[in-house]
Amino acid sequence: MEEMPRLNSKDDLNQLRRKIVGQRDLNMPFITLCSGTACHATGSDDVAAAIEAELKKQDLTEKVGVRRTGCHGFCERGPIIVIYPEEICYLNVTPEDVPEIISKTIKEKQIIDRLLYFNSETGERMVHEHDIPFYKYQTRLVFGDNLRIDPTNIEDYIALGGYRALAMVLHEMTPEEVLEEMKRANLRGRGGGGFPTGRKWETTRNASGEPKYVIVNCDEGDPGAYMDRSIMEGNPHRVLEGLTIAAYVIGAHLGFVYVRQEYPLAVSNLAIALEQAKEYGLLGEDILGSGFEFDVKVHRGAGAFVSGESSALMNAIEGKVGEPRPKYIHTSERGVWDKPSNLNNVETYATVPLILEKGADWFTSIGTEGSKGTKIFSLVGKVNNTGLVEVPMGTTLRDIIYKIGGGIGGGKKFKGVQTGGPSGGIIPEQYLDTPVDFDELTKLGSMMGSGGMIVMDEDTCIVDLARYFVDFLCDESCGKCIPCREGLKHMREILEDIVAGRGKEGDIELLKEIAGVMKKASLCALGTTAANPVLSTIRYFGDEYEAHIKEKRCPALVCKDLISYYIDPEKCIACLKCLKNCPEGAIEGEKNKTHVIDQSKCVKCGICFDVCPPKVGAVTKISGVPVPPPVPEEEREIRKGKKNRRRGGRWQ
Amino acid sequence: MAEIDLKGVDEIIDRYKGEEGVLIQLLLDIQNEFYWISPEAIARISDKMRIPKSQIYRIATFYKAMSLKPVGRHIIQVCLGTACQIRGAPKIMDRVEENLKIKEGATTPDMRFSLRRVNCLGCCAMGPVIVVDGKYHGKVTPVKVKDILEQYE
Ligand SMILES: Cc1cc2nc3c(=O)[nH]c(=O)nc-3n(C[C@H](O)[C@H](O)[C@H](O)COP(=O)(O)O)c2cc1C
Ligand code: FES
Repeated sequence: MEEMPRLNSKDDLNQLRRKIVGQRDLNMPFITLCSGTACHATGSDDVAAAIEAELKKQDLTEKVGVRRTGCHGFCERGPIIVIYPEEICYLNVTPEDVPEIISKTIKEKQIIDRLLYFNSETGERMVHEHDIPFYKYQTRLVFGDNLRIDPTNIEDYIALGGYRALAMVLHEMTPEEVLEEMKRANLRGRGGGGFPTGRKWETTRNASGEPKYVIVNCDEGDPGAYMDRSIMEGNPHRVLEGLTIAAYVIGAHLGFVYVRQEYPLAVSNLAIALEQAKEYGLLGEDILGSGFEFDVKVHRGAGAFVSGESSALMNAIEGKVGEPRPKYIHTSERGVWDKPSNLNNVETYATVPLILEKGADWFTSIGTEGSKGTKIFSLVGKVNNTGLVEVPMGTTLRDIIYKIGGGIGGGKKFKGVQTGGPSGGIIPEQYLDTPVDFDELTKLGSMMGSGGMIVMDEDTCIVDLARYFVDFLCDESCGKCIPCREGLKHMREILEDIVAGRGKEGDIELLKEIAGVMKKASLCALGTTAANPVLSTIRYFGDEYEAHIKEKRCPALVCKDLISYYIDPEKCIACLKCLKNCPEGAIEGEKNKTHVIDQSKCVKCGICFDVCPPKVGAVTKISGVPVPPPVPEEEREIRKGKKNRRRGGRWQ
Repeated sequence: MAEIDLKGVDEIIDRYKGEEGVLIQLLLDIQNEFYWISPEAIARISDKMRIPKSQIYRIATFYKAMSLKPVGRHIIQVCLGTACQIRGAPKIMDRVEENLKIKEGATTPDMRFSLRRVNCLGCCAMGPVIVVDGKYHGKVTPVKVKDILEQYE
């Protein structure tokens, strides 16, 4: 790369963009490879190495461009390759596929059918990413550029119009004007609370005390969500641009990015982005020749859910333990080192440049009355298309889960969807047509939270899931205030008793009572919302609690202490599979003799259930009824005729 | 791995010379470099930076990412994030614990494995997930656990 001139004006930026775009030969074959964390896990590094080697081998290194982008969101089918200019999209690519891709698709312009998306409903194969239903029904305003950007190259972002909003703001608008636009846009914080961003900025702007700080919250404590991570990994400049605009409005000259260190790729891409932004004059002194000065420091978080809370996060930035403090005065007025500090979520900042570029009117035309714009959800669990999904506020849960997510896998029945992470709730089937926005989900006793959306099918035990969240929060509670510390501990105890078959009359009432106290008296929102998963499940799935408590039965056949594994002698074909795999030696039997589980030895690991061939299906789970007594020894033999008949029926 | 080279600790301390509020960042660096934070390292930090040991312990015990015990040759992370949880991660954790005869958070007496629980690794599509020394194993079932562990000596 030639030496980069510092950008000293809006014109410099425009010229650079034209130059980058002009230098790119749009007809040249170009391969982009998704390299977010999920694809990294599924082998995108190996694919990248194979591409490089193969291009070299075929002497094409100079003639074919390669770009490693951030997460495309369709993590179920990664690693994903898109080949330009035709925009051919290949899914689940392995290193073995690469030579063929280069020789056939790159050289001969032929499409390899087997690597395309196959729509099982229509029987069609789809060539382009945007035709695939998973993408087709999304509106990817904030997340979409991830497909086109190498996050370690600032020029990719600039080529797509990046930093244009910042240039406009710094050169053509006063902070007041930007603030007005932001207030009109009615953007609400994407970190969970949904507080109006413009108003928050105004508070910090008007607060007395200097210096002021702006902070990005990339702690992403929700244990089943990864959208903030994917933005930070895949498009860090967009976050920095939003942050710098906030700093200009508020009058801050130092910002912090709080990012959890469990996100190593986000940390390193962010560091590269900061470096490059400084080099290009988009951070530091005299940004774009406007005279405005702004710097950013990175603070790595060390894995504590509560540290994502605003006052806790600010304590951590000061180098103290990341525990919340009482907020008689908001952190927007007295935050880091008691100075006015504005904290927003990653996605919130990433939305800001869009609003300023396209205008508040455009932004408010998307979404619902009370919630504008789009929101990214991390759609995971028992759904066919796991991934990141961006839709306009107001899209129904049904559309997200079925149209985009492709419904529930394995022919199972939908049971509920958990939104809002550990502070949210579980929404049952009858509310699937609810439009998703801040207010509607709250009405259902859940919340939007930061965008976790976990789909559950009939095999998920709701009581056990409530126990899981309470257990998580109990571990994460900082212990500073009694209602949260003790309340969670007691709730956990009660729930553990219920799932272990020790539940008593009155447990549900007691849970509700504890929940009430925690809601009223906890120090921070961890405690005040901690009971939501319990309350929402009692509200919608009360019968499951009753079954556990009264009948000692787990309807979903999950809770270990309430289920037994049992081999149906009528179905067992004595194939020895379960017997050989049982780690406890708890299964008796031999060739030609039906197998029997010795219940006193069984630890309920479920391996026998997993290895029993699906066509046989002899191993079953039972709950709430006694295990039938074993067939006497002498009757276990599988008689030839019976066995043959069975064989014939089953296997041929 | 059990011994921490104090020279390395000094180097890390020097990185943060003259800066304020850096204790967490510094401890993280030590954790990342040596995989644990030894009493000697804490004493050194306390000495050089004039921070009471109690304050260092307070931070090191608060954060999940920091370990005050030496770790084994291989680090196993079992994801118990929500998505993995409902796809059967607890059974996987049970199997790992059962196989290694240790509980989550502990290290085997022969220093072969350390077992950690983590929340969402960002690859829920592969769940349940376990990571051994940075290598991801997806769609793990209880019966596969033993084979995976046997790959690591
Ligand atoms: C226990 C707890 C954990 C939180 N974790 C996060 C988090 O991981 N990421 C985040 O953006 N906000 C988190 N929040 C919300 C923040 O306190 C804060 O409201 C948010 O970062 C503000 O940004 P926004 O207005 O852009 O949403 C958490 C709140 C609580 C009470
Ligand atoms: S919950 Fe395990 S990877 Fe996301």
